[in-house]
Amino acid sequence: MLSIDSLRVTYGGAVEAVRGVSMEVPDGAVVAVLGSNGAGKSTLLRTISGTLRLHRGRVDEGTVRFEDTDLTRRDPGQIVRRGIVQVPEGRRIFGRLTVEENLRAGGMGNRDRAAKAQAVTRVHDLFPVLRERSGQRAGLLSGGEQQMLAIGRALMASPRLLLLDEPSLGLAPRVIGQIGEVIAEINRQGTSVLLVEQNATMALGVADRAYVLDVGRVSLSGDARELAGTDEVQRLYLGHGAALEQRVERAPRRTLSRWTA
Amino acid sequence: MNQFLSLLLNGISLGAIYALIALGFVIIFKASEVVSFTHGSLLLLGAYSIARLSDSIGFLPAVLVGLLVTALAALLVERLIINRLRGAPVISLAIVTIGVDIILLTELIRRIGPDILNVPHPWGGDSVRIGGVGISENRLIAMGVAGVLIVAFFVAFKYSSWGVAMRASAEDGEAAALMGIRQGRVSALAWIVAGVLAGVAALFLVGAPTPGVSAAAYTVALRAFPAAILGGLDSTGGALVGGLLIGITEAMAAGYQEQLSFLGRGFGEVAPYVVMIIVLLVRPSGLFGTKELTRV
Repeated sequence: MLSIDSLRVTYGGAVEAVRGVSMEVPDGAVVAVLGSNGAGKSTLLRTISGTLRLHRGRVDEGTVRFEDTDLTRRDPGQIVRRGIVQVPEGRRIFGRLTVEENLRAGGMGNRDRAAKAQAVTRVHDLFPVLRERSGQRAGLLSGGEQQMLAIGRALMASPRLLLLDEPSLGLAPRVIGQIGEVIAEINRQGTSVLLVEQNATMALGVADRAYVLDVGRVSLSGDARELAGTDEVQRLYLGHGAALEQRVERAPRRTLSRWTA
Repeated sequence: MNQFLSLLLNGISLGAIYALIALGFVIIFKASEVVSFTHGSLLLLGAYSIARLSDSIGFLPAVLVGLLVTALAALLVERLIINRLRGAPVISLAIVTIGVDIILLTELIRRIGPDILNVPHPWGGDSVRIGGVGISENRLIAMGVAGVLIVAFFVAFKYSSWGVAMRASAEDGEAAALMGIRQGRVSALAWIVAGVLAGVAALFLVGAPTPGVSAAAYTVALRAFPAAILGGLDSTGGALVGGLLIGITEAMAAGYQEQLSFLGRGFGEVAPYVVMIIVLLVRPSGLFGTKELTRV
């Protein structure tokens, strides 16, 4: 469905954030991308959604294909209309708009009225709290509710592929568990998911396949359950055993790409 | 008392016209993050087109063409310049709009020359009295039309898809883009609406008690600028309140000139700016502006 081939992305013509990444999201799958800060995860999603330009980023090499179209030359609006919608990192809901208006804004890329009505029902069924709070300013919702609104807003465009950028960020463990269940349910309803996470437990719990990104490259990939068992993932992301030395050594490079991003 | 009421009514009617112009400033700022100084010349362009065309094609068609011309001019500024400079610093964009304004203004002044062009408003220059309070028919109609337009604007801004898209992209442009909202389109529409509002304001500003279209109509649009600023540059409600406040201030300062003579003649002209400065000293982001505005 989505295939990325030897993708290279730089910011400001100088900082290479993604250095030759290839990956596949098969139709109907949940694919997780793990990696720490500055590994290139958000850059990958920006490339798919066509918002690199807003960050002075550029695709130097490689392709991002969705079915038969190359997305690297498309603008964000066209990409949404083709069925790829992103839930950005940090939720980015419209705090001054009401919950209902946020959902309306999410449906702007969806011209089909019937599909939109269906999407509202689906979102309200998944997140009953959004129906209860529909007239409230979105900025007044709790962190977990805001994340649900962010996901609901994206679903309003009836995506075939949903991109999620660190949905667990800043949420309580119990809420993270709920988000994981919601992702599984959305996938069960027929939407493919590309999930970018630092929380490996949650991500590997819902994903079929996973990739580990490290400083712009894929360092590991494979079946999610198998990956969860490997030493490296255990050590780096699941918190068994310390790899402090390695982390400290790599830190400066990571912060560099983070700051300029 | 009658004088006070009369000044108040005239102030409100003038303020309603300012509010139309100020609303334009505000939605352009919200949609394109540009402080647009082109409004003065857009307004003059509208007034000039209406005055020039009225003789040949009649008043009403001239008004329609005049509104079309201002809307189109606003759209061209957005498409040809602002849209291409997306992401440039706010200050550079503001200076660019000043440049456009000067070019357009110079050409219009050259065309108008020293004359005062007459706009043949069918309602003429008559005054009406409402319970002992006098107001020109032109201003009375202006108040009604502005009222209707302002209500229509707020309804559209609150409920229409354009309104939701506009508020969403004003709050977080990137997130809006990720929802498939086309910022270019939202911004273009904002400029068109601002152009039409400026055109309507122009139509009434060059009627009684003003003698007609002269280069001086330009300074009127500049007075709508303090209206937008003191209301809060990113607040549509603020534009309305600011417009009324400036209109009333100006009418009062002009009406009570004798009592204010210690401030010198023509204080009415500068009063709007004095009010703006006082308001901003107390509330730096305007009456209803959001604090985050300072980030820009």
